[in-house]
Amino acid sequence: MPDTAVADPPAPGESRSTGPTRRVVTEVPSVVDRRFNAITLGSGIAVLVLLVLVGIFLLIQSSEALSESGILRFLTRTEWRTDVQPPRIGVMGLLAGTVLVALVGIVVAVPLSIFTALAITEYSTARRRRWLIGVVDLLAAVPSLLFGLWGFLYLSDKIIPISTWLTQNLGFIPIFSTQENASLTGSIFIAGIVVGLMVLPIITSVTREVFSQTPPGEKEAALALGGTRWGMIRSVVLPYGRGGIIGGSMLGLGRALGETIAVALLLPQVPQRIGDSIHILQNGGATVSGFIANRAGADSFTVSGLMAAGLVLFIITLATNMVASVVVARSRSGVGVEL
Amino acid sequence: MTLASERPFAMSLSSTTIEEPPSAHRVPIVGGPPPGAATLEAKGACAWFGERLVLEGVDLVMPAGQVTALIGPSGCGKSTFLRLLNRMHELIPGAALDGEILLDGEDIYATGTRAQQVRMRIGMVFQKPNPFPAMSIRENVLAGLKLARLKCDAKDDLVEQSLIRAGLWKEVRDRLDSPGGALSGGQQQRLCIARSLAVQPNVLLMDEPCSALDPTSTRRVEETIDELRGEVTVVIVTHNMQQANRVSDICAFFLAAENQPGVVVEQGPTAKMFSTPEDPRTLDYVQGRFG
Ligand SMILES: Nc1ncnc2c1ncn2[C@@H]1O[C@H](COP(=O)(O)OP(=O)(O)O)[C@@H](O)[C@H]1O
Ligand SMILES: [Mg+2]
Repeated sequence: MPDTAVADPPAPGESRSTGPTRRVVTEVPSVVDRRFNAITLGSGIAVLVLLVLVGIFLLIQSSEALSESGILRFLTRTEWRTDVQPPRIGVMGLLAGTVLVALVGIVVAVPLSIFTALAITEYSTARRRRWLIGVVDLLAAVPSLLFGLWGFLYLSDKIIPISTWLTQNLGFIPIFSTQENASLTGSIFIAGIVVGLMVLPIITSVTREVFSQTPPGEKEAALALGGTRWGMIRSVVLPYGRGGIIGGSMLGLGRALGETIAVALLLPQVPQRIGDSIHILQNGGATVSGFIANRAGADSFTVSGLMAAGLVLFIITLATNMVASVVVARSRSGVGVEL
Repeated sequence: MTLASERPFAMSLSSTTIEEPPSAHRVPIVGGPPPGAATLEAKGACAWFGERLVLEGVDLVMPAGQVTALIGPSGCGKSTFLRLLNRMHELIPGAALDGEILLDGEDIYATGTRAQQVRMRIGMVFQKPNPFPAMSIRENVLAGLKLARLKCDAKDDLVEQSLIRAGLWKEVRDRLDSPGGALSGGQQQRLCIARSLAVQPNVLLMDEPCSALDPTSTRRVEETIDELRGEVTVVIVTHNMQQANRVSDICAFFLAAENQPGVVVEQGPTAKMFSTPEDPRTLDYVQGRFG
């Protein structure tokens, strides 16, 4: 078989007695390359088809609830009442809780992840580095149910002094305020902390990866100018890793949005009422996934409503993850980082 | 509005000035190195990577304000020696050393002497240009101030002076806010020189600063080195014999026999090293017969 193929010959009839003949030479891929291409392309398409199928399934299943309440009303309503006729269900209350839990989780997890990643890449001997990476990987391997149980049985009580302190000192900020005599267990704050710990490994590993790719020449330049290690990190490592930090955080956000077991255990799963102020430190709140998990096996209309809520969550997490990978891929450090 | 009226008067004036000699007095920096060049002296310097001794017993005086060239074949420990001189060697895991490095008579490895303090006084230019790509040209020049936590009230003057001393001012003065990574390789290397000079070090170490540059940029860097003579002590590693001959006052020839640590075979005034060296190996090397 010839190695090259000649394309684009001069058109018939075109007389070119003198002058150069333009040839476009393209490489003909070998059999191995072609097979490999087919396999990678095939698995890519399979994943895409699966995603589309999930979307279609959700859409069909949720059509009953969506047509009954109307898409716009379903999206904006905070109530979820199937005991009245006609039922009044909407996803907004769940969505608010979902986003709040995820945001608390990110606020907790991102700084911790950055410092953990820096400890691994910049402040460790080879031995400590391996040890730390192992610990973080171990954290990633803990089933979410255990996180949820741990949060429910242990952290709920232990976190109350912090919640109390926050509401006493920062209570003037609306979301940190609490109503009189409100219980401080089962709050969005606690659920957010647990979710934050669950997404810490993924954010840490993305940031660690980009930090470790910082060009050594730039790091040496910063140190050779008389900088401290921390000064070098601030002027070289963090700017270089910025895209990875943002992308990793969004990836963590995507995970946090869909987190189920922990929030199903921790939150009372009463849809958040927007309009009243939101109190993240006190008992209350629900998230899409937690709400769905707590109501499995309901009547067909409720299930259809839950499917509609799931569809909304599906779209939001998909969008978050896509934006995350674009951010990482676009950044200077992100080239070559696997998400 | 015409284009001319938009340009400030001072700028159109300066753009007609052909040559701007580096001003004699330094822009004052609070907390920076003491003024002037400093003598650097290695006494019995040895270096290890792990258990492996790569440099043994180097005694070398690098006189204040002069240019010292370190020559020798690859792998004989020139870079390692250079990195001993500003405490960059210790950044490599497993690296160890022995001997003394005296900066104006004081050992830079004395207990209680901080590496950051030493590196601020002894700047370094690397083989591969390494400007901070996210920073503008101006920020690159001023990066050392921020990193070493120095104060300067006349930052604009410092930027201009440093860029003039590095021979880059005329090329970049109209785009000080564009990113440092967008310059050509030769310009980037001169930006790195300006960045080092902005801290006003007493010594400037250069590790094959021209090996990645084209001949024109190489000449510019050599001119810069020449202009620094008297103001800063320069120690330069080079594989280019003509360059060593052109720019240096003192020359030290490093050599490592197979599986042996590198040593200084011969040192002395450059003219003598290149014409009538004592050691036949030196003559062979400077005449290009090996290495
Ligand atoms: N980071 C390092 N780790 C281990 N060995 C090194 C390291 N850097 C240099 N060496 C070894 O030290 C010796 C001297 O290297 P170097 O100082 O870079 O030589 P030169 O600059 O003269 O070419 C070489 O044998 C090299 O292999
Ligand atoms: Mg070298």
